[in-house]
Amino acid sequence: MKIYIPNSAWLGNIDPFLKSFDTSEPRKLEITAHKQWISVHPLVLSMVAALGLSCRPENVVSEHMEAKSKHYLKRMNLFDLLKINTDISIEEHESAGRFIPLTQISNNEELTKFITDVIPLLHLQPEQAQPIRYVISELTRNVFEHSESKIGAILCAQYFKKSNRISIGIVDRGVGIKKTISNAWSVKSDLDAIHLALIPGITGTTRRIGGTDYNAGAGLFFIKSIAKVNRDFFVLYSGNALYKLLKTQHGKSIRLYGDPLRDKHSKSESFPYWQGTAVGVDISLDSREEFSELLKLIRDTYSKTVKERRKEFYKKARFI
Amino acid sequence: MKTIKIFNLAGDFAENKDVARDIRINLITPTIKRGGEVVLDFAKVESVTQSFVHALLSEVMREFSTEILDKIAFKNCNDTVKGIVNIVVDYMQS
Repeated sequence: MKIYIPNSAWLGNIDPFLKSFDTSEPRKLEITAHKQWISVHPLVLSMVAALGLSCRPENVVSEHMEAKSKHYLKRMNLFDLLKINTDISIEEHESAGRFIPLTQISNNEELTKFITDVIPLLHLQPEQAQPIRYVISELTRNVFEHSESKIGAILCAQYFKKSNRISIGIVDRGVGIKKTISNAWSVKSDLDAIHLALIPGITGTTRRIGGTDYNAGAGLFFIKSIAKVNRDFFVLYSGNALYKLLKTQHGKSIRLYGDPLRDKHSKSESFPYWQGTAVGVDISLDSREEFSELLKLIRDTYSKTVKERRKEFYKKARFI
Repeated sequence: MKTIKIFNLAGDFAENKDVARDIRINLITPTIKRGGEVVLDFAKVESVTQSFVHALLSEVMREFSTEILDKIAFKNCNDTVKGIVNIVVDYMQS
């Protein structure tokens, strides 16, 4: 595999980065990067790290980094996680207030500890930390529950003080959404599977509306809703398909939809095959929309969607 | 009446579904089966996830029907906790 870390890859312009990913020789990884400057979303770093962790350490090579911002990759723990020796030296600062370095989380207990210990290091106000830990908890538990990822979940995050925004990337190398959803639903493509996975009440664990005792099929809908209400991007990539929730312009009223295809979005199924699932989300922390207000919107949309789905499945007595 | 202090079992951010399922199986369901009532006390809990509340309540509502909500009370919930409890209770009855 070959992956090139570009000059710029954020959720709005991530498509060229994803399309350039070379999936040949899956047991090897070659990392190259832009020579001058690297400025990328945590999703990019999480993907690179996940690819590297899927290979034996001796099969992961990184070219000599020249970009002035190469220290960022070091500080985000990319080279240490992949056991790549570099001559990049950094002054160790406490990561407080700026970023969560690349972290591998393998089970529920590690996740609980991570949320308890690491998120407070961002030194955010409680109302700002609330959506972040919500997103990280739900997405990472999805990995443990559905993905069968041998490397667990790989995540990192970056806080931007100027824009008061946090960007989060959470990635696995598991079976992917299509296989998971196919356990209960008939799907033809990765894009069909992503579409279903974003509809509230649909889960790969059962066809029963409302889910099982353990799974409601609501997690991704919640995350997408948090991004939408904050007028931010949300990206879901699995197999050959990518769904991207686009930003809602300021001044336009926010409306949540059960069907993700009704949101302003882009989608494609012509991307290189990603074994597993990769999620990127941005959350603006100065949004005036309170979390509890968001929940009211979700409640209305969720109930309406579930009611509509029940009607679809409602069967009348057949009198002959 | 059995009072279950969620903070003591799940912390200030109640998100671990395994903990929620344990609370349901070991504390809520046995109390209800004995004909008792349950108070879920969310004092000191800042937030919960929908997954946590779903794992806590959905099966109880399925097993004993929605009438069971007359025997379960939610105490000391802030707006976020109330919001998520309401979402789960709502969609389980939709």
